[in-house]
Amino acid sequence: MARKPEAIAVLGRAVRTPRGAVGLAIGGCVVLVAVLGPAVAPYSTTEFVTKPFSRASSIAWLGGDVLGRDVLSRTLNGGWELLAMAAVATALGVIVGALLGVMAAYHGGSWDSIIMRAVDVILAFPQLVFALLLVSILGPKIWLIVLAVAISHAPQVARVSRAAALDISERDFVKAMQILGIPGRRIIRRDVLPNLTSVLMVEIGLRLTYSMLVIAGLSFLGFGLQPPAASWGLMINENRVGLIANPWGVLMPAILIALFTIGVNTFTDAVARASLGVGGRAIEPEAEMALVAREVA
Amino acid sequence: MTTVTEAPERVGPPSKAARPHPIRNLLIKRSLIGILTLVLVSILVFAATQTLPGNAASAVLLNTATPQRLHALEVQLGLTRPAVDQYWTWLTGVLHGNFGTSLANGQPVGTLIGGRILNSLVLVIVAGAIGTLIGVGLGVLAAARRDSVLDHVLSVTALAVTALPEFVVAVVLVIFFAAVVIHWFPAVSVFVPGTAPWSNPKELVLPVATLVIVVVPYVFRMMRASMIDALESDYVQMARLKGVPKWRVLLFHALPNAIAPTIQVIGLTFLYLAGGVVVVEYLFNYPGLGQALVSAVSDRDIPQIQAIVLVLAAFYIAVNILTDVISLAVSPRRRLPRS
Amino acid sequence: MAAPSEDIPVTVPAEDIPVAKPPADPGTPRLAVENLRIVMPASRRRPETDVVDQVSFTVRPGHVLGLVGESGSGKTTVALALLGLVKRGLAISGGKVLIDGQDILALSEHELQKLRGRTVAYVPQDPGSALNPVLKVGTQLREVFAIHGGDPERLTEVMAEAGLEDPGPILASYPHQLSGGQQQRVALAMAFACRPRLIVLDEPTTGLDVTTQRRVLDTVRGLCHTYQVAAVYISHDLAVVAEIADHVAVMYSGRLIELGAASELFSTPAHPYTRGLMRAVPSMESSHELQGMAGSPPRPGNRPAGCAFRPRCEFAIAECELREPQPVVVSDTGHAARCVRAVEVTALSGSVRSVRERIAPPAEGPVLTISGVSVSYTNKPVLRNVNLDVGSRKSVAIVGTSGSGKTTLARCVVGLHKDWTGTITFGGNQLPPGVRGRTREQLRKIQFVAQNPYGSLNPRQTIGQIIGYPLAHFTKLPAREHDKRIADALTSVALRASFAARYPDELSGGERQRVALARALVVDPELLVCDEITSALDVSVQAAIVELLLRLQAERGLALMFITHNLPLVRSIADDVTVISAGQICERGPVTQVLTAPSEAYTRQLIADVPGFERAG
Repeated sequence: MARKPEAIAVLGRAVRTPRGAVGLAIGGCVVLVAVLGPAVAPYSTTEFVTKPFSRASSIAWLGGDVLGRDVLSRTLNGGWELLAMAAVATALGVIVGALLGVMAAYHGGSWDSIIMRAVDVILAFPQLVFALLLVSILGPKIWLIVLAVAISHAPQVARVSRAAALDISERDFVKAMQILGIPGRRIIRRDVLPNLTSVLMVEIGLRLTYSMLVIAGLSFLGFGLQPPAASWGLMINENRVGLIANPWGVLMPAILIALFTIGVNTFTDAVARASLGVGGRAIEPEAEMALVAREVA
Repeated sequence: MTTVTEAPERVGPPSKAARPHPIRNLLIKRSLIGILTLVLVSILVFAATQTLPGNAASAVLLNTATPQRLHALEVQLGLTRPAVDQYWTWLTGVLHGNFGTSLANGQPVGTLIGGRILNSLVLVIVAGAIGTLIGVGLGVLAAARRDSVLDHVLSVTALAVTALPEFVVAVVLVIFFAAVVIHWFPAVSVFVPGTAPWSNPKELVLPVATLVIVVVPYVFRMMRASMIDALESDYVQMARLKGVPKWRVLLFHALPNAIAPTIQVIGLTFLYLAGGVVVVEYLFNYPGLGQALVSAVSDRDIPQIQAIVLVLAAFYIAVNILTDVISLAVSPRRRLPRS
Repeated sequence: MAAPSEDIPVTVPAEDIPVAKPPADPGTPRLAVENLRIVMPASRRRPETDVVDQVSFTVRPGHVLGLVGESGSGKTTVALALLGLVKRGLAISGGKVLIDGQDILALSEHELQKLRGRTVAYVPQDPGSALNPVLKVGTQLREVFAIHGGDPERLTEVMAEAGLEDPGPILASYPHQLSGGQQQRVALAMAFACRPRLIVLDEPTTGLDVTTQRRVLDTVRGLCHTYQVAAVYISHDLAVVAEIADHVAVMYSGRLIELGAASELFSTPAHPYTRGLMRAVPSMESSHELQGMAGSPPRPGNRPAGCAFRPRCEFAIAECELREPQPVVVSDTGHAARCVRAVEVTALSGSVRSVRERIAPPAEGPVLTISGVSVSYTNKPVLRNVNLDVGSRKSVAIVGTSGSGKTTLARCVVGLHKDWTGTITFGGNQLPPGVRGRTREQLRKIQFVAQNPYGSLNPRQTIGQIIGYPLAHFTKLPAREHDKRIADALTSVALRASFAARYPDELSGGERQRVALARALVVDPELLVCDEITSALDVSVQAAIVELLLRLQAERGLALMFITHNLPLVRSIADDVTVISAGQICERGPVTQVLTAPSEAYTRQLIADVPGFERAG
């Protein structure tokens, strides 16, 4: 009789809490809109259907944007690329970061110092600026943005994984394995890594929100997908001018981005609490403190 | 078999002569590491910009570039020297305050960004200070009235607002307070770089408000959580069992302990603001470092980018050092070892 | 941001604290608890569940009542209630706590706050965590005077009474800069500062070494006597209670099941549970069989019908299931127990413990020889030139206080610590310092069990997987044989074979420690190194584990290296004992010799400081 893999059990617990359910619902809705949007959009993203910044009407339910294109259609089309980029950047960053962190923890000594030094250098300035730097050199290419965001995630994930791995390595049951003469690699694989699951799940949630912020931010500044592409960040920027005339061009994408981040964040919070297990209530303040510390960084 | 006698119990802190200086030592150590990191960052930035397909020469000549003229200008600008040489020239220039010349408009980079540094600093510090005060205050309040209606409302709001991007918050604020609903504040700032930012406070309100809203949830949640942790501790229970009144327990027993982890978060929020400032300045057309960075990136103005990134990195490192030092100062346990 | 305040200003004008006045009626007890009931209030998921119920006792001025129980018995809950405090999630739902006739449970929170620290004082279990780490000790001590009034000049006097002779440096220190003993004295000074009428001591000497514990106990006794303070002393350590208490109350599963004069209760217990406890407690006088009690105490909400102890009781009869027993008086001193057969149980007192001298196994050569082993961390020596033998099939106890280096020695033998010099010979061959250089056979034959039952098992594996891991590493058995070995290992540690499918978080501390033993023994080692394996367990659980260990040792011919700080336990478990202090061997030899006629002053002091039942009453 095998127990359910811990990841599934924790997720299940999280979904059953009010926070988890609400977070999942909100985030899920946004994902649905982004993914199914292109299929149900009334117009294409480049058709001119009305006057620039015209109010909501029967032709264009959310009015027109800066060039007179349909805000609704552009909104429905403007999400999936953003989400896809965020997802890939997160996955990449977490995998690389976790590997680096666990390696640093287990080998210790000079490996540890080198990796942590490198981490400090990358962490020496904001993620957005790091991405901007790379973009300034090579231009706003999609793969570059994804890579830049992933690289800027890796250090934080490495730090967290290293701390968690160190903590686990200190526990008696790992020492019990060491006494038997079992090689380090096997101990990591069989005993250390599986216990990192909940830590990593929370990291994925936190990093996903961040990826979204940075990529949408880049797109807002004009360094993401280029016009005439439809992208939520870009839309917010280009429609700012006509805010008074038709706020929907700005509001709609803004609301969707906001809902996504709120949903993911709330769900991640629920997962973090669920991963505390049976004694969850009692160590809540400590865990909350640890969580917030990880979020800000 | 030797007889072993127990040494008499050592009492209290070590004598003055033997006392170490943990804060001073930390400051020195971190500053050295900080300088090293800064140098590494400068190398990284410089090396990155070296891989640019175009360079300063082609940017100057633009369409009139022929291979010969290009090469001549490159030699003249020193771009054909080995990369290490170029880096060294640049680095020594920086240490003398000379950040090179902007490719976009030919002016010395130093004058271009000098005034803007102050503007951005004002934004960051004001927003950081206000955000910290509000966050700490609300956090203590929520912890003291744990599980009350107020606590739940504050916590849920904080969770929701936590992850909002700055431009979303800014846009919503603009819609409400500047453009659509009411028209109290300007949506865009009009003051010129070089004038003091506080000369026209109305222009500061929305940018600062945006940053404050983005920052408060983190500080609030951390303060609340660490305060609750302190309130559940053995020493707080002991204080209550000694008969210490509740308000005194809160302020003199719990808060001094709860503040230490929060300082870390406060430091991190200042760091976060350094990045958040980029988007906010761009959106409000505020003449600061962030706005300059965005235009520099659009123009591929390498010297300006290099300079701004370096300044940001220095700020980051300085804040980190400050955070570590303050953190140590409020933790006697780490500061003073057992004798 | 608020800076930690260095000095809390005095807010109450100084006034003289009156010395405890004799009560108006000499017959009124200082403390009287009547039918105290504390519950977990009803919630959506379950009805109101009582944690403590029908607790009643009295204490006279100058007397000490020992409140004894194992974990989960409710003693700490009762202790806090004496100050009108309950932990989050609990509520006092009935009963009275009368101090000099006044029911403090009827007071408002504000009035209670004035009472605490002044009329009723509390001495915490862990002074290290009970003292605020960011405030200087002086600030925290003066705070008591600031709140309750009283002359701050008396501070030095109060500290001297608590045994702190040189107050200046201590007042200027932060708590973490003081030793455990000093911290506890500070706590005592804080408690006695305002000359309280009642003092509640919650396991105040747990975690202190035996000598410091002795000194603290003497101080407490002295202060109580001088100021005619009534004291309630909570502990799970029966010997300590025997020394300091005049009367003893035993708690089990939230009920007070026996109450009586200390000497009488310990020599002729009236309740089967107390009897069971006495049989489980080791003594310095003789090596006797330690007997545990099968099963474990019921949790709140899971109490069986009738007497809570019935499922584990050897005296149980049909009547025990019908209703909760009321107190039955067994002697004219007021000794009473909640057992329908209390009188019979008392009469059986003679056969509480059975003396059993260990049979020395036939002398064979040593299986483990340690010579000249030294360890130092940077420039601090941890072990110096240690020489030690463990004979094959023998038990050697290694005794020392915390920081003496005994754990480091164990880790060197096992290979967890590799920076040592000297030689360790096992089975005739020299052992390489770390795990890396050792042969498979060497690794298999030396096994280790750690102190902490909660960290030593991988929470994500089943018991079967945990035990099977080393088995699979050292042997290559077909699946059926492998599973059978695991099942046998479980039964040999008195766990059902079905435990193999469970996870560690479903087991109690004692059960986990058994699993750790099974894991160590499944590969048939020759030497078992046990590092304080029972220190974190209740006394009855400890007894069961120790007896199990001895039985297994006899069956399998194991050599045992048993690290502990508990001297009486050594008497029951070991053939030879080695005393370590500050990294050096102080004395070693056969147990009977070293513990009855020690040759070193340190050992003599150590033995003298051990609390014992002979001093009861």
